[in-house]
Amino acid sequence: MTTFANTGQSGRAQPQPAQAAPFLRQVGAQFKAELLLTARRGENILVTLILPVILLVFFASLKIIPVSTGSVINFLLPGILALAIMASGMVHLGISTAYERYYGVLKRLGATPLPRSGLITAKIVAVLLLEVLQVVLLVGIALLFYGWRPVGSPGLAILVLALGTITFAALGLAMAGSLRAETTLAVANGLYLLFLLIGGGILPLDHLPAPLAALAQYLPAAAFTQSLQAALTAGAPFPGTALLTLLVWMILILAVAIRTFRWE
Amino acid sequence: MMSAHAQTTGRMVDLAASPEGAEAAIVVDRFCKSYNGRRVVDELSFSVRRGEVFALLGPNGAGKTTTVETLEGYRRPDGGSVRVLGLDPIRDAARLKPLIGVMLQQDGLYPMLRPREVLRLFAGYYRQPQPIDQLLERVGIDPGTKTICRRLSGGQKRRLALALALVGNPQLLFLDEPTAGMDPQARLATWEIIRDLKAQGVTILLTTHLMDEAERLADRVAIIDHGRLIALDTPERLTGVDSATVLRFVAPAGLDSRALAALPGVQRAEEVRPGSYLLETAPQSMPAVLADLTAWLRDRGITLTELRVGHGSLEELFLRLTGSEMRE
Repeated sequence: MTTFANTGQSGRAQPQPAQAAPFLRQVGAQFKAELLLTARRGENILVTLILPVILLVFFASLKIIPVSTGSVINFLLPGILALAIMASGMVHLGISTAYERYYGVLKRLGATPLPRSGLITAKIVAVLLLEVLQVVLLVGIALLFYGWRPVGSPGLAILVLALGTITFAALGLAMAGSLRAETTLAVANGLYLLFLLIGGGILPLDHLPAPLAALAQYLPAAAFTQSLQAALTAGAPFPGTALLTLLVWMILILAVAIRTFRWE
Repeated sequence: MMSAHAQTTGRMVDLAASPEGAEAAIVVDRFCKSYNGRRVVDELSFSVRRGEVFALLGPNGAGKTTTVETLEGYRRPDGGSVRVLGLDPIRDAARLKPLIGVMLQQDGLYPMLRPREVLRLFAGYYRQPQPIDQLLERVGIDPGTKTICRRLSGGQKRRLALALALVGNPQLLFLDEPTAGMDPQARLATWEIIRDLKAQGVTILLTTHLMDEAERLADRVAIIDHGRLIALDTPERLTGVDSATVLRFVAPAGLDSRALAALPGVQRAEEVRPGSYLLETAPQSMPAVLADLTAWLRDRGITLTELRVGHGSLEELFLRLTGSEMRE
């Protein structure tokens, strides 16, 4: 019979007190596992990487997008980037966390030394890495194949991407922590489709029926998309209203996520 | 029957009242918990000594898992208090978590990860984890397997969950129905591991439905029902309470139980199954009851095929204390 590592030669000696690994090492271990999980589930890759690329290539090539000013790619890239961020945060993070809760994984982690902040940190870093991959992929395609050139304010663009990430990641976690896994799956996909249609990323809002456009204006998707479009358009006015709307949504959704999240 | 009840309960109260101080790994003191106004644990008190294997037995809904999960820090007591390794499971969670190993009823494995990947992840939470390949082999899982957890059998999942509980070298292990879903070989292997852990000085709190599991592994057994402690002692003494008072025999079905009950010294007689009889008596009457019984049978030309005195099983005690009606 093999003996356990820390009993040493004394056999019956009291094991030395077990200790938790340093916080960053725990987060590192969790981060690696999160990446492995993301890579292993084909539907994640489909919804976060393949789908946005297909949307970009399809609509950029179709030349049916009713753009009032500028080129199609200048209009389309920020919208697809916003959709990609929504896919990472709301759809991927939300659904995978919901199922981790359903399978009792989150509960089991609650009995380990990994603090909740460590789990959240690892998940967010994994989502950020996925987003970097998305941005590189989409911007790369736009640069190489559609003659897109960076214009506007990169600083503002990064700020908007960060706010959007927090908003939609929190939305995903809010669903995962309060709804059943199947419900989260349905709602996240449903919202994604809705945001694709009335988020203003592919179809300009001013081509929607006026009442729908007025409503869509105040949803987080359009606020995010319009802020990003303004940040990536040369000479566009500062997207004050859209940015403020996004900020309000972010605070609201974060508050709901923190209040309603259940680990079991 | 009532006296057995009272005796064990009396002993339990003494144990709970005696402060075991630093020696105790777990102290549960008048712990109460209600869900939606329904009391599931009612003034439960017991303590577990360091290095002890302690089994919590009880029917479904008795409050076992609620108690264990409170000790693990998942729930807050409504009343009373619990201490684990001298710490408060919720307030001192960060200090306690590295010291305990936990096997929940639900394995909580990442369905899409392979066993080695899950174990490597959990090893990453501890400063000095067990070598993971050795640990996997010890619980009978091939470290090289490419099978993801979702496709493991129920018994394999349970064994991996055991490995996860052990990887951090815990001082105290909580095992909630550890061998549920295991085949007999895996169960024996798991018992072997639990005995080894005990030999190394690990304290183990075990809940189980399996009486033989409790009887084989536990130093002490607590039987709880309706959230109350109804017996607490070593398996030997728990079953020994009955040993001198119970006589069982196998004979043709349909003997007159009333006539048997009328034998001098017999307090109760029952045909528990067709052809299987049980007599209860006071310990000091047992020799006389034996002689009278055989004489009674001789007079009627009846032959016994089996006769057993004393040593009631834990299962019988359990059923008698908790009743035999189905729960949930």
